[in-house]
Amino acid sequence: MIPERALKFSVTWGLGGMAALLFVVQALTGILLRFVYQPFPGKAYDSIVYLKNEIFFGDLIRNVHHWSGTFLVLIVFLHLLRVYFTGAYHGKRQFNWVLGVFLLLLVVFSNFTGYLLPWDQLAYWAITVSTSMLSYIPFIGDSLVEMVRGGPEVGTSTLLIFYNFHTGILPLLIVGLMSFHFWRVRKAGGVAIAESESGEDNKIVTTIPNLVLREFVVALILIAVILVFAILFDAPLMNKANPAFSPNPAKAPWYFEGVQELMLHFHPLFAAIIIPLMVITILIFLPYFKYDSKISGVWFLSDKGKQTSKISALIGLIITPPLILFDEYFMDVSTNFNSLPPAISNGLIPFLITLILLTGFYQFTKRKFETNKEETIQALFVLVLVIFIVLTLISIIFRGEGMALMLPWI
Amino acid sequence: MTKHKKNKIKIEEQPESRRSFLNKVWIGPGTLAGIEVLGISINFLLHSSGKEKDIASYVVAGNVDDFKPNSVTPFRSGRFYISRLSDGGFLAMSLKCTHLGCSVGWNESENKFVCPCHSSSFEINGNVTSAPAPRALDLLPLIIENGIVKVNARAPIKRQRFSNSQVTYLES
Repeated sequence: MIPERALKFSVTWGLGGMAALLFVVQALTGILLRFVYQPFPGKAYDSIVYLKNEIFFGDLIRNVHHWSGTFLVLIVFLHLLRVYFTGAYHGKRQFNWVLGVFLLLLVVFSNFTGYLLPWDQLAYWAITVSTSMLSYIPFIGDSLVEMVRGGPEVGTSTLLIFYNFHTGILPLLIVGLMSFHFWRVRKAGGVAIAESESGEDNKIVTTIPNLVLREFVVALILIAVILVFAILFDAPLMNKANPAFSPNPAKAPWYFEGVQELMLHFHPLFAAIIIPLMVITILIFLPYFKYDSKISGVWFLSDKGKQTSKISALIGLIITPPLILFDEYFMDVSTNFNSLPPAISNGLIPFLITLILLTGFYQFTKRKFETNKEETIQALFVLVLVIFIVLTLISIIFRGEGMALMLPWI
Repeated sequence: MTKHKKNKIKIEEQPESRRSFLNKVWIGPGTLAGIEVLGISINFLLHSSGKEKDIASYVVAGNVDDFKPNSVTPFRSGRFYISRLSDGGFLAMSLKCTHLGCSVGWNESENKFVCPCHSSSFEINGNVTSAPAPRALDLLPLIIENGIVKVNARAPIKRQRFSNSQVTYLES
């Protein structure tokens, strides 16, 4: 039995259900792929070529797995945004938010470990570049990279380790956490909906067929969309991995491209380690800040919340591209502050400036719009989110040879 | 509330029964067994990856005369370059960019190494000429025996920047 108002599509956009469905699609297509794929550098690429050329609909299965994996990362992220912007993380939902963040991380790691498996140039160099980022962690960085790769370079051990995580450990962890996640939703009394003023709205209906039917329709549409993508767009497969030649440009997987873009502007220690860790930590503890109102089930909290979110988004959209252009063409930190080590001149100093600017933004919003704590944090969240999205898009679309800025249509 | 809690604790603090004593006795061997399982697992993981032992293994790169002064010769399969500086000295360098590990290429016309990933560039001696690479290309041990150049491609040495002591010269 569930309240009828919870069924409205715009309450959840069906994103959680979609994520669960995509996980099942990944499990099923993944099991099929496992019967063909061979996790050894000498054989991996050939087994995929074999799959593409010799197996009836083999290509389609691979494409479905690829697109469904891509959508999964995207949809889990959108799900997180939906939960955040409807304030569905207070009270009983606090801990479930934390589980959700970990599920997002697991999904990203699943996609990341799967990225290496085709063992083509794209996979090899994306994983080389991404794992190298870890080497900038002070003291333990180098040994951590060796541990992740199972050796000094991406090779036989790396493939075996990634394969094991991708097809064994991570799916198991996801199944476990997902069950826990669902159970906590039930414990919280279903999805978060706004408190109604009139009692008439609170009609209770049965789950079957009302909710199940809706989920089923969403599932069918999503499967159709993925099939269309899988038929029209092939999963990428470049030449076989060649450790001696890096393709130009060598980009990280798309969901890490925001970080890669950041690395062009900040020292790797900050761009790849400190900033992402900080963001994830804040994300995990987000429900545990002391809030004033604890409104949930209302998009963007209030009319003022909507307004400030729009303004933040606009600010993020407007300031990020000029800042990138400025840093690209006018700033040469290595020559400007030659006396300082790069971790400080190109890392700590710009990082502190960014923090000061963000704090300034927080105070400005609070004073100017007289927002409460929840609305102010939301405005900051929107700003950081929009900057992250702009960074990612710029890296995907406007970065060409040598990671220089270019226009893709020229 | 607090009074109630105190009462509860008092109940638990009854004199030890045989059962609770035996339960405690189990904790010791239990912990020991747990540590054993953990230790064996970690040891298994550390050795399972079939690490190739880094034995100092020098490979023959060629005759001294094969390398002209002020030239760079790539050894793609060994993943290194041999630079012969204009003064005749030899340097062996890993082709891994020190930024994120992409393979740098030698640009003959501009006389520098360029990384395709983030366009770091390096001089013929490995020094950084443009960021984001944080330090010079890794050095590889190079020896010259009877006019034959040998390189140990498995033992890269990190360095901040080039210095003359890194160069191997012909003994003459």
